[in-house]
Amino acid sequence: MMVPLLLGITLISFVVIRLAPGEPVEAMTAMSPKITAETRQRLREFYGLDKPLHVQYVTWLKQVATLDFGNSFAPDNRPVTDKIKERIPVTISLNVIALILEFGLAIPIGIFAATHRDSIYDKGITVFVFLGFAVPTFWLALLLMYFFGVKLGWLPISGLHSLGSENLSPLARFADLLKHLILPVSVATFGSLAGLSRYMRSTMLEVIRQDYITTARAKGLTERAVVYRHALRNALLPVITLLGFSLPGLIGGSVIFETIFAIPGMGQLFFQGVMGRDYPLVMGILVIGAFLTLVGNLLADLCYAVADPRIRHGRGQG
Amino acid sequence: MSYRDSWFHTVFWKRFRGNRLAVAGGAVVLLLFGVSFLAPVITPWDPHAIDAYHVLMPPSADHWFGTDELGRDVFTRVIYGARISLKVGFVSVGIAVAIGVVLGLVSGFYGGIIDTVIMRFVDIMLCFPTFFLILAVIAFLEPSIWYIMTIIGLTGWMGVARLVRAEVLSLRERDFILAARALGASDARIIFRHILPNALSPVLVSATLGVAGAILTESALSFLGIGVQPPTPSWGNILTSGKDYIEFGWWLSLFPGLAILVTVLAYNLLGEGIRDALDPRLNR
Repeated sequence: MMVPLLLGITLISFVVIRLAPGEPVEAMTAMSPKITAETRQRLREFYGLDKPLHVQYVTWLKQVATLDFGNSFAPDNRPVTDKIKERIPVTISLNVIALILEFGLAIPIGIFAATHRDSIYDKGITVFVFLGFAVPTFWLALLLMYFFGVKLGWLPISGLHSLGSENLSPLARFADLLKHLILPVSVATFGSLAGLSRYMRSTMLEVIRQDYITTARAKGLTERAVVYRHALRNALLPVITLLGFSLPGLIGGSVIFETIFAIPGMGQLFFQGVMGRDYPLVMGILVIGAFLTLVGNLLADLCYAVADPRIRHGRGQG
Repeated sequence: MSYRDSWFHTVFWKRFRGNRLAVAGGAVVLLLFGVSFLAPVITPWDPHAIDAYHVLMPPSADHWFGTDELGRDVFTRVIYGARISLKVGFVSVGIAVAIGVVLGLVSGFYGGIIDTVIMRFVDIMLCFPTFFLILAVIAFLEPSIWYIMTIIGLTGWMGVARLVRAEVLSLRERDFILAARALGASDARIIFRHILPNALSPVLVSATLGVAGAILTESALSFLGIGVQPPTPSWGNILTSGKDYIEFGWWLSLFPGLAILVTVLAYNLLGEGIRDALDPRLNR
């Protein structure tokens, strides 16, 4: 299952980039008028761009199999893999923090809304959820930057470190980093908080209607035990699948908030690559982004198996 | 057909009207249509008129939303920006729905290897962070609103395809399809005359919600500078100047963003309202 998906991912990335007009060699040489048509041709041969598409694809695929995405077309000409490797930890840690916060907030919000159905709180949460769906994240980022950065001056609005933070003690340096993270992490979390809490609310409502919940109540269990021991586990199952689905959105969203907050992550690198028509870099990040999503889905499946005994026992053999 | 018509008018409409939020959403959407058609009548300003004496003026009686860094009236630009958003929403969702419906119908109706291939393709497309894919393609093209709409459509059909396929799978085995087949109806006739009309309601819901998504995507692209190109006003590219002049003019950031928020909210409420009104389980 994984291998055909991976092949498909590489094929689509390749086709998408190569079918787009605007050759990489043109982009590389557009700024230097001294380069002749002859030199361009030689460059094309050098990068293998003169060969038929399927030959180019196979050559590229062989490289990719060894995690070699070629060298960047940017002036530094470094291997794409190295460039991505530097940036991945930033993006992944930001997204993991955002995911933890998101689930940590959305699950209680969803449970609360479901158990207090139609109360004023439930209605308030619904309003919040609809607003959350409709707010463009980059606009939210702008407003937060204006309020907390420009107006109040409480929080830094760009980068991960203050100028001269290298001279601080490790603890102060960490505090400085945390301060820089508050705005981007809030924006990233808010982006999918609404959808997740709404989903949690509806699965919880669904579960509460089941017969075994009535049974649990009939046994005389406290409402707390019914909700947290019997209902929650079952309501969480569909939410776990959502974990896998939310990954592409998070990774894609990182382009926006990393660009706005000037965070040196994969999203910003991708945007720079796109603007500079850096073909190898863009292809590398596309493939890796899709690959991360695949891994995320796999992890979500594993979590699902851990949480659902029906899958852990029995069904696996069936 | 007459049953469907009467059902639509009585049950659907009654339920929809009973949902105040959905009606409000629909009203805002209609209002947006009106505003974008009547833009030149509504505002006395020209969206491109530069006025060097009134640069970055805060909101006033003359300029309700203030002026931008070139002295252009922000209210006017926001109103003209509505045109772009409407166009993007409808064209890109139209493309997505067309592809999704055709692939979903084919996949569900024929099954077998065709189904497997199409559904694997859907799986692969879903692995890509959509925004990455869109960015990658758009950045290598000449910036144009038509490319943006096409690409948002080409990357947004997967949900519709899955939805339609699931509907077809459940419809395919029904007696009325069997009856049509027994009467000698061709595949095409069965698909388009008998299956498609019955599978359309969930598509309508997801299309309405899709318009909201497409508007958000376009505004994000324009904000990043690779969507609608200045001087053509779009909510996203007004926000770009909002970011550049954030220390001097909050109105440049606030109003276009509010326009996006209200529009997207309206489409979402409308979509949810249609869904609830169509849901047979919510019989009241």
